[in-house]
Amino acid sequence: MIDQKTLDSYEMTIGIECHVQLKTKSKLFTAVDNDARDAAPNSTISELCFGLPGTLPVLNEEALHLAVRAGHALNSKINLFSSFDRKHYFYPDSPLGYQITQMDHPTVGEGKVKLNLPSGEEVEVRINRAHIESDAGKLTHPAGKDYSLVDLNRAGTPLLEIVSEPDIHSAEAAKAYAQELNLLMRYADVSYANLYYGNMRFDVNISIAKKGSKELGTRAEIKNLNSYKAVEACSNYEFKRQVKLFEDGERIIQETRGWNDSEQKTFSQRSKEDAQDYRYMPEPDIPPIKLSQEYIDQVAAELPAMPGEIRELLKPLNLTYSQRETIVGHLKAAAKMLEVISLSANLEDQKRIANWLQYLSAGEIESPETLESPELPSLQNLEGGASAQHLIQLSQMVKDGKLSSTAAKEVAIKIWKKDQDPGELAKELNLIQISDNTELEKMVEKAMTENLQAVADLKEGKEKAIGALVGQVMKLSKGKANPSAVQKIIRGRL
Amino acid sequence: MITVSDLKQQIEEGSRPLDLVNEAILRLQNSTQFNTIISGDKMFKQARERAKLLDVKFKTSDKKGELYGIPFVVKDNFLITDTQTTAASNILKNFKAPYTATVVQKLEAEGAICIAKANMDSFGHGSSTENSDFAPTLNPHDQTRVPGGSSGGSAALVALGVVPFALGTDTGGSIRQPASFCGVYGFKPSYGLVSRNGVVAMASSTDCIGPLASSTEDLNLILDIVSGEDLKDSTTIAKPESILSNPDASSAKKYKIAVVKETLDPDLEGLNPEVRQQILEQITKLKQSGVKVEEISIPEVKYALPAYYVIVPAEISSNLSRYDGIRYGLKSVGAKDLTETYQKTRAEGFNSENKLRILIGTYVLSSGYYDAYYKKAQQVRTLLIQAFDKAFEKYDILISPVAPTTAFKFGQSSKDPLQMYLGDIMTVGPSLAGLPAISVPAGFGSTTEMPVGLQMIAQRAEDQKLLNLSKLLEENSK
Repeated sequence: MIDQKTLDSYEMTIGIECHVQLKTKSKLFTAVDNDARDAAPNSTISELCFGLPGTLPVLNEEALHLAVRAGHALNSKINLFSSFDRKHYFYPDSPLGYQITQMDHPTVGEGKVKLNLPSGEEVEVRINRAHIESDAGKLTHPAGKDYSLVDLNRAGTPLLEIVSEPDIHSAEAAKAYAQELNLLMRYADVSYANLYYGNMRFDVNISIAKKGSKELGTRAEIKNLNSYKAVEACSNYEFKRQVKLFEDGERIIQETRGWNDSEQKTFSQRSKEDAQDYRYMPEPDIPPIKLSQEYIDQVAAELPAMPGEIRELLKPLNLTYSQRETIVGHLKAAAKMLEVISLSANLEDQKRIANWLQYLSAGEIESPETLESPELPSLQNLEGGASAQHLIQLSQMVKDGKLSSTAAKEVAIKIWKKDQDPGELAKELNLIQISDNTELEKMVEKAMTENLQAVADLKEGKEKAIGALVGQVMKLSKGKANPSAVQKIIRGRL
Repeated sequence: MITVSDLKQQIEEGSRPLDLVNEAILRLQNSTQFNTIISGDKMFKQARERAKLLDVKFKTSDKKGELYGIPFVVKDNFLITDTQTTAASNILKNFKAPYTATVVQKLEAEGAICIAKANMDSFGHGSSTENSDFAPTLNPHDQTRVPGGSSGGSAALVALGVVPFALGTDTGGSIRQPASFCGVYGFKPSYGLVSRNGVVAMASSTDCIGPLASSTEDLNLILDIVSGEDLKDSTTIAKPESILSNPDASSAKKYKIAVVKETLDPDLEGLNPEVRQQILEQITKLKQSGVKVEEISIPEVKYALPAYYVIVPAEISSNLSRYDGIRYGLKSVGAKDLTETYQKTRAEGFNSENKLRILIGTYVLSSGYYDAYYKKAQQVRTLLIQAFDKAFEKYDILISPVAPTTAFKFGQSSKDPLQMYLGDIMTVGPSLAGLPAISVPAGFGSTTEMPVGLQMIAQRAEDQKLLNLSKLLEENSK
C-alpha cells in the first residue's frame, strides 16, 4: 500500500446521491399499498405496477407533499413548476420499460445542508436538487437455477433522490452527510428512514486530485450503499485505490462500482462505455405540477424545529459533541429538550435534564443502531416519556437536596417509562434524602465512633478521610442521607 | 346503416336486448368476408349473457339507460375484462384483459352491449388496416379498397350497418380518415375530454377516443356519455357545460367558418381533384344555407406532418417498451438469456411498421439527436398550437378535407410508408394541437365513386360546435 505522506498530498472530492423511500400509504402513481414489508412477492401490485396495457400513472399527492416537506428540511428551494420524465431501459425490474422520474424540472431545487463533524469542523454541503421518482422492482437469482425471480412489490414506491454537489472532502464528512440526511428525513417525517429495509440508499461519487489542483479527477460511482459505515469505508478504500492508480501512472476510468461489505472492497460493475442511453422524454401521461407559494409556505409551517436549530439551542449547555448529537439524533429526546428549554430558562436544570435525556437516549429510546435494524422509529411515536414539567420538577428536587443524583436518575428512568409525579414516586420508592439533622447526627456519631482512624486522619488534615466517613453514613442510611449535610455535621463536630 | 334511435324504436315496440344483440351478431356473421372483427364466439356469448341479464334486471324499470340493449363494437385496443385484447398485434395475441376501460364502463352503465372487438392496424400504426397482424379489413363500398385506418374495422362495421356506433381511437386521424373512407361520421374529441384509461396507448400526448356512427345525433349522444374527468387519467378535463346530448343545428348558422387555404390548394401534392371538388361543393351548400364561409391561410399546417412523425414515433417507442415477454403476452421460446428474450420476443411480436416506428422513435430520442429532432418537433408543435389559437380568435370552425384521397386500393400505399404518411397531412395538425375535429360524409368522388370526408376543426373544449354544424350539413344533404 502507499504511505501516509503520499496519501496526504491528495484530496478526495465526493458527491452523494441518496434515494429516500417516502412513507406514503399508497404507491407513487397508483392506489395500491406502499408497505410491502414481509408481504408475499407480487402481492402489493396493481395493473400499473404490472405494466399492463392501458394503465396510466396518477400522481399521489401525499408523495408530492412529503417531497415538499423534505425539500424544506434540506433547506432547499421548492420549485413552483416541476414535471416528470421517462427514463428508458429494459430490465425485468422495470415493468413499463421506463422509470418515471424528474429530469429537467425537479420539485426540489438548490439548497444546503450544514454538517458538524466530531472534530468540531463545520462543513456546508450544497444540494443540487431532489427529484421524485418511482422505485424499481426486485430481482432474485436463486443459486444453481437457470431462471431469476421478479418481485414487483417495490415497483412504484415513491423515492426522493437527493443529489449533492461535490462539496465533501473526507470519508468522515461523507458519513456525517449520510447521517445528517437520515436525521433530516426523520425530522421531516417523510420516510421510515430505516437503512436495514433500504428506506435510504446512498451512491457515492468520488474522485481524487493532487492537493491544490483546481481540476477534479475522473470519478467512480459506488452504488447502493445501505449503511453509514459502508459510506465511510468505501470512501476511504476508493481514495486509496485511486491514489494508487494515479501514482502508478494508470488511468482512472469513469465507472460504476459496487461495495463488497465482507471484503471491505469496491469492485467494478460497468464502465462509462457500457453506459445506457436512457432516452429521456417528457412523461405525457402526467400534467406538470404547479405549486402555489401559499402551499409551499403552509407545508413549511408544518415542520418541527430542525436539528440545526436544536443544536443552536443546546449550545449554552456546553455539552460534549457526543452528548449533543445523542440528543439531536433521538427525536423524542430532542423534542423533550426543546420543551424543557421553552419552560425553564435555568441552565442548571437544562443541563441536568440534558444529561438524563442523553442517558435515556442511549438506552431507552431509539438508538442509531435501531435505524439499521428492523425497528421502525418515527417522530410520530411521541407517546410515552416524562412530561417536561415533571423533568424540571425532578431537577429542582436535586437542586433542593431532596434527591441524590443517583436517585434522581432512577426516578427519571421510571417516569420516562410511565409519566408520573416525581416527588410522589421518589417518596414511594423511599428515595427522599434524609436532611433531618437529629437523625443524621445519630448516624454521624455512630460512624465517627466506629472509624476512629479516619477521624484522626481528618484531624491531621488528611481531607480524603472525610469521604470514608461520609461513605459510612451513606451506608448506614442506605444511601438516603444527604451527603453535603453529612459533611457539614462532621466538620462541625471536629 | 342503422342508428341508435332505430334500435330504440325496436325496443319500444317490444324487442328485447337479446333480440338486438342476436340480430347484430347475425349481420356480422353475414359479412365475415370484410374481416371487420378480431374477437370470436366467446364474446358473442358474453354479449348474449349480458343482454339476458339486462332483460331480467330492467324489465320493469324506468331507469333502463340511454343505450338500453344497444349493441356496439370497440376497436381491439380497448380493454374489457375477460376478453382478448390484441391491438391487432401478435405480441398480444393471447392477452386477456383483467379490467375494463373507463369508456366501456360508461357505455355499459347506460345499457349498451359490446358484441365484438374491431380490427385495426396493429397498435394503431397505419392508415389502411393493412397493418393488422391477422387480416386486412375490406372497404364495404369496394372490396378491392382499404377501409382506412387505423380504426378501419370500426368504420366498416358502422358502414355495413352491423352496429349503430363503434368506438375508435385517433392519434393522428385514425377515427376521421376511416370514417371518411367508409362514408360514416367520425369524431375526435378535444384531447383529454375522454378518458384513455384502459385503452392500449399509441402516443399518449395525442391519443383520443371517440365514436364512429351513421349520424351526427349518435355521435353527440355517445360523446355526451363517455366524456368527462376520470380520476384514472390525469390528462382528462371536466366536461364543458356546452356539451349537449343532442346537436343544435340552428345555432350553427351563426358560426364564423373558414376554409384552410393550404389544404385545398390545387397544387398540393397528393390532393385528389375529386376530393377537392366534393369539399368545394359542401362549402357552396353551407353558403347557400346562410352560413358565412371565408378563407384563412395557416402556413404552419405544412409542418404538422414532419413534426407528427417525430413526436408520435418517440412516444410509440416508449409506450411499446412494456411488451418485453416477461410478464404477459408473447414470449419467445428458446432464448438463451435475458437480452435474447427481449430480442426474439420483440422481433417475432412486432410487425415491420411497428419496428419502423420504434426505430424512428428511439433514434429521435437518442442522446445527441434529441435536440435536433424531438425538441425541434415540439417547438414546431407549439407554433402550430399558436397558429390555430390565432385562427380561432376569428373563427369558430375551420374546414379542410379529411384526407387528400378517397379509399385507395390494397397495396397501393403500404409499400411506401412515406406515401402512406402523406395521407395524414390534414388530420395530424388538430391531433398535435389537441383540437376536436369531426369527419362528415361529403358525398362520393366523381372518379373513384368512393366516399369523401369533410373535416371540421374547433378550438379546444368547443366540441359541441362541430356537432351542431355537422347536424346542419346533415339536414342540408337530406
